[in-house]
Amino acid sequence: MGGYVARRVLQAAGLLLIVSMIGFAILHLAPGGPLSQFAAGGDMTQEDLDRLARQLGLDRPLPVQYLDWLWRMLRGDWGASFRDQQPVLAVIGSHVGATLELMLSSTLLAMIIGAWVGILGAVRRHSLFDALATVGAMVALSIPTFWFGLVVIYVFSVGLGWLPAGNRTTIGNESFLDQLHHLIGPCIVLALVSTAVWSRYMRSSMLDVIHQDYIRTARSKGIPERRILIHHAVRNALLPMITITGLHLPTLLSGALVTETVFTWPGMGRLFLDSISYRDYPVVMGILMFTAVLVLLGSLLADLLYHVADPRLGAHGA
Amino acid sequence: MSDPSHPARHPSTTTIPRRGLLLGSAAAALAPAGAALAQPRPPAAPRGQCVLGFSQEFTVAHPLMPANEVDQAVWWNLFSPLWGLDPAGRFYPILAKAVPSLENGGISADGLDWRIELREGVRWHDGQPFTAEDVKFSLALIMNPNFRARGKDGYDRIESVTVEGPQVLRWRLRQPYAPLMSILSQFFIVPAHRLAGAEDPNNTPFHAAPIGTGPFKWAERRTGSHVMLTANRDYFGEGPYLERLVFRYVPDVNVMYTQFRTGELDYIGLLGIPANHYAEARTLRDRVIHVIPRGSVENLTLNLGHPVLREKVVRQALYLSLDTRAITGALYYGLPKEAVTFLPPENWAYNDALPRHEYDPARAARMLDEAGWKPGRDGIRVKDGLRLEFTNSTTTGTELRTQAQQLLAQSWAKIGIAMKIHNLPAAVLWGKFWAESQFDSLMTNTTYTIASDPNVLHRFGSHAIPKRAGYGSNVSQFENARVDELLARGVVLNGIEERRAIYREVQAIIREELPMLPIFQGMQIEGTKAGLMGFENNLHVLANSWNAARWYWA
Repeated sequence: MGGYVARRVLQAAGLLLIVSMIGFAILHLAPGGPLSQFAAGGDMTQEDLDRLARQLGLDRPLPVQYLDWLWRMLRGDWGASFRDQQPVLAVIGSHVGATLELMLSSTLLAMIIGAWVGILGAVRRHSLFDALATVGAMVALSIPTFWFGLVVIYVFSVGLGWLPAGNRTTIGNESFLDQLHHLIGPCIVLALVSTAVWSRYMRSSMLDVIHQDYIRTARSKGIPERRILIHHAVRNALLPMITITGLHLPTLLSGALVTETVFTWPGMGRLFLDSISYRDYPVVMGILMFTAVLVLLGSLLADLLYHVADPRLGAHGA
Repeated sequence: MSDPSHPARHPSTTTIPRRGLLLGSAAAALAPAGAALAQPRPPAAPRGQCVLGFSQEFTVAHPLMPANEVDQAVWWNLFSPLWGLDPAGRFYPILAKAVPSLENGGISADGLDWRIELREGVRWHDGQPFTAEDVKFSLALIMNPNFRARGKDGYDRIESVTVEGPQVLRWRLRQPYAPLMSILSQFFIVPAHRLAGAEDPNNTPFHAAPIGTGPFKWAERRTGSHVMLTANRDYFGEGPYLERLVFRYVPDVNVMYTQFRTGELDYIGLLGIPANHYAEARTLRDRVIHVIPRGSVENLTLNLGHPVLREKVVRQALYLSLDTRAITGALYYGLPKEAVTFLPPENWAYNDALPRHEYDPARAARMLDEAGWKPGRDGIRVKDGLRLEFTNSTTTGTELRTQAQQLLAQSWAKIGIAMKIHNLPAAVLWGKFWAESQFDSLMTNTTYTIASDPNVLHRFGSHAIPKRAGYGSNVSQFENARVDELLARGVVLNGIEERRAIYREVQAIIREELPMLPIFQGMQIEGTKAGLMGFENNLHVLANSWNAARWYWA
């Protein structure tokens, strides 16, 4: 097992290196640059901008810039944002919490409702509920998040005044209830699409299970239908969902760009977009590496869990 | 607590003679007649908070580094310059006891020696006294080659700085430089005791926890969300009357407007309220909508290096057939004011005798005919094998500008001019595309002045073409010997009347030569909650939170 882990870690390191090279090249070869934000203001002349480029090391050849960045990264120095001079790790750290809060709550909400709708849809296949759930899922998947977000704001914030029109907290009142109040709008919007997806997965998985022989056997033994459903069908139908949840984990930290923008939610998605718009190379590279590490880590963890769960796999793999 | 006996806190003293004049003009502009008399008085101690919404995020706390408008909005409350510019364009002392001038002897007759006396009793937010050493240090920091200073223009003319006492300093210029007075109105002093001796001046603890001498102190920053300042009860000037000032980042202008509507924002600035929401915004209860002129000009910047646009008659025909009223009327709801020059009418050097803009496409067509531009097979004019064709670019995502471009393309097509639209993201447009004059023409909103100074040497001087010189912002590649001569003289003279004559002539030449086609004066729609007192537009600063120290709730 130890050898397997070491091999996977080495592979991951190689992959990270390749990801960083490709990411760096694409980012720097894209037209524009981080100094454009200052040129737009008009109070800095070309001489000032050239001086800044020299001071930031942007006038050096690209391979030199990359090696410098890589060398710093290897020493744990993620660099500082061109936009606001803050350390990249601090910038990422200040956005991860908001994203995690939003993504985790919306995913949980979507999973609970989605699973319930999926199970009920499968059990009552071809019923009115199933038909409505199927149509509802299609509609939810087709609604643009941006539009739905604005509708939620328009109805619940502007119209009814029940929810705040955005932001994570009210300045001066940052209680748990206040945070929860702010979370409702973006959470509903984000959960809508996910609920549709989860319900479809769950329905399909449940349909596979309820036609299995062991369910039929359980029925023939006279076990009550409710018990069969909960103890035999749902438990087995949830297994593939756990795999899907695992694959979904990295997105919990990468953020939801559109929802974060509509609801002024200070998360990773918006940070990534802002950093790309400003060509804030250190932050974009930081987010790229952070996400890549998460994906590789998630994949490694999933593989390790499989090995733990199935000793036969471990014997072959190790 | 504040010291009510401190002279600077009272509007009746001469130290900050702004409140009376500001309230007067603000009341006239914003409130019904007689309302100024009934205006509630500010509280005795700071009270309440104000949440200001901006569509850009605060970035840099160090006030001498490259920054955006929101940074400046915060700096005005955290730091103080030696003097500032009031809405009428007059200098008023802030950290200086008096604004130096030829008349009061603060500036020598040759314009080279400046003597500045500083206000006494001013303290940094950490309690340390503010002295002339801080000013000297701040000037030196800008010129430090290792420091990423915003700009060195003006500061590089200072030959030597001498501290004559804790509150007195003197500097000597290599040559007179009149725009320095305006430049220094945005020169925020930083604390020497916190920054001197830093190994890397670009990266110090000050960046995360800045201290200044301004009316508010740094409280917290939540990246992606807001910056919060709290009242500095030892502030030397008038105010602050608010306990907290919050600069909130709302990236989408429509969402920002919604938050203003629902009451989550008390003030909405920078890109403000989109013009298409103006009619609705006026009907909102308990909100005051301010249509405010800015110091910028919405214009078409032409690249005179382009084979078609280098011909003066083409530029003149373009301007004659540019339907500015259709743009301001149909797209901007008739809110912006006409512009015919690069200076706003509020500027002291504005030339009010310039020919007004005429919309006469028939005359434009005749001019082109006479100049040899004849319609080709497809209707587009041709001369010596060259088609009368060019592209126009602006930043993507600016909806109203894109509509203005379409309007122009359609109207110019009618007289045989082909304009193609080629828009780019801001990070691309303002990069080499702009600096190396790779565009044919740009539709932008440009502030030509630095604070209120009409010096446009870097914009229209022939030596300031960045493509050739690596210096300046003359991306139009405009060259005119008379303008060069006038602009060179304009910066070394200190007499305002002589300078006024110079810049009036420069404007006349630019109006004739048209390296840029003015469309309308920059305009912004801002909003405040009805109970917020003290708000006042100042087109000489980049953000209207410049006087938030004097804001209070009724």
